[in-house]
Amino acid sequence: MERLKTFLRHPTGMIGLVILMAVVVLAVLAPTLFPDDPWEMVAAPFQPPASEGLPLGSDMLGRSVAAGIAYGARVSLTIGVASTLAALCIGVTIGAIAGYFGGKVDDLMMRITELFQTIPGFVLAILLVATIGPTLTNVIISIGAVSWPPLARLTRAEFMRLRGREFVQAAVCQGQAPMVVALRHILPNAISPIIVTGSLTIATAILIESALSFMGLGDPNLMSWGLMIGASRTVIRQAWWMSMFPGIAIVLTVLAINLVGEGLNDTLNPRISRKARKA
Amino acid sequence: MRALALSITGSRGVAIAIAIAQWLVRFVAVVLVIATFNFVLVHAAPGDPAQVMAGQSGSADEQMLAQLRAEYGLDKPYPVQLAIYLKRIVTLDLGYSYRQQRSVLSLIAERLPATLLLTCSAFLLSLVAGVSLGTLAGVRAGKWSDTALTIISLFLYAMPVFWLGLMLVLLFSVKLDWLPAFGYVSIGVPMTPFERVVDIAAHMVLPVVSLGSVLMAIYARLMRSAIIDVAHQDFIKTARAKGLKRGQIIFRHMLRNAVLPVVTVAGMQAGTLVGGSVVIETVFAWPGLGRLTFDSVLQRDYPLMLGIFLVMSVIVIVLNFLTDTIYRIVDPRVSLRAAS
Repeated sequence: MERLKTFLRHPTGMIGLVILMAVVVLAVLAPTLFPDDPWEMVAAPFQPPASEGLPLGSDMLGRSVAAGIAYGARVSLTIGVASTLAALCIGVTIGAIAGYFGGKVDDLMMRITELFQTIPGFVLAILLVATIGPTLTNVIISIGAVSWPPLARLTRAEFMRLRGREFVQAAVCQGQAPMVVALRHILPNAISPIIVTGSLTIATAILIESALSFMGLGDPNLMSWGLMIGASRTVIRQAWWMSMFPGIAIVLTVLAINLVGEGLNDTLNPRISRKARKA
Repeated sequence: MRALALSITGSRGVAIAIAIAQWLVRFVAVVLVIATFNFVLVHAAPGDPAQVMAGQSGSADEQMLAQLRAEYGLDKPYPVQLAIYLKRIVTLDLGYSYRQQRSVLSLIAERLPATLLLTCSAFLLSLVAGVSLGTLAGVRAGKWSDTALTIISLFLYAMPVFWLGLMLVLLFSVKLDWLPAFGYVSIGVPMTPFERVVDIAAHMVLPVVSLGSVLMAIYARLMRSAIIDVAHQDFIKTARAKGLKRGQIIFRHMLRNAVLPVVTVAGMQAGTLVGGSVVIETVFAWPGLGRLTFDSVLQRDYPLMLGIFLVMSVIVIVLNFLTDTIYRIVDPRVSLRAAS
């Protein structure tokens, strides 16, 4: 409760939260606001913004750009959250094992993590999607597979920090299984930095998704912001609105998530934020 | 005195040799792991591996497939196949692109210079601009110019690179007609060598700026907080007490110490840079590896895709090594450590 109050007083965090809520509402209400299928031709092609019934104009196939953005919000948010969950599963598991056991296990886990940090993640995501096929699930898996290393490093650091604490030692001495110690005693105490980094991972995941669908590697059955920009980039000279508005949607969403993440950071890790304020 | 100097260069030489050896080991390890990974991908792709390598062209004739199977030993057990594959990679044989009817290595070699030009320019631009702007913001913390920079970098940080590129095209090519929007050099125009260089430079501005901006934003924010941190440390107070001028304190004392975390992160962001070049080259029709990636993905040209992935990973390792070297040169503590 106290933390919630602190967050509500965090100015930029609140701006982010308001924008983010607007995007979520748009995504939820998309079928109500735009009852027509976003793929359906609703007007003449190349209608500029503020035309009859088309607040943001129509694209080269006469589809409503505004409807595309509303339905695209669903895809972006779903993929952002789902691939972050996937990245959390991989990253937290690897980081927890490395930090809990230390020694050779830690060495091995960190080598793997470093390797994944060396590989150009976006290129790997392209390869994965191209190989296993561009469906919603596969895109989520691919983005998750390239987004976990920072989460693993963070979890490892937290586990190493908490591993030597008395309450953890006590649990180990009681003979509790490593799994139980890790999940019931260490993880709950390490959760707040993981939440903060996880929230920032959602933003990165949305950016990767938009780049993938821009390249034509998104799920072809789902309307998405990157797809809209990629499809209309060749007509940018005649029709700026088709690529500009979906991009603004991406920027606002990612910006909002980053602001909320920073707000969460200042609220959940007050020790660090106080130091920052002093500086 | 001379003996001391010798011992310094000696220990420094050893340190550099060890660093290079460590880097080489990492380099070989990464190449082998990625090659293995590529091998797994070919087998994970739907369809017969020989067909996958042939580019899944439905009309792939039986004779060609049989030849491929023999070449890659596809009828042998997996470990043998992997060994054959790794051996080919080590001898720089990246396979043959049946779609383009050329060897993958020659296709990549042809596109590599354009990509290196683009990524290295963007890397330098982002570092120089990020460090300068971050320093400026750091020494003016709290003033309006600092706030403006913070807001701009927040927005840049949230921007997809390809969209930033398109918007720059819209402004500077379509509306203002200042800069060319596509390609590497004007085609069909007779030019002297000097005019050609100017022409390429004009074509480079938009792709380099769009690719470098996001990283610039990251470095500027880091640099800003590093400068603020350093400004409160004792050696700066000493420098001030000595009566050094503000400019001297900033350039000789603050900058050198504050830039270290930026260099570390710059090395970690090398992958982002190379990944960003793929979309930027697609936007600007830049004839580099990124554009080649796009084409190979569209055509599902596996040998080419995998070859590019390997080469791009190598570029990232080399960039990592370069930033490591910069770190060693800049770090004011390294020479001290070597002397003691």
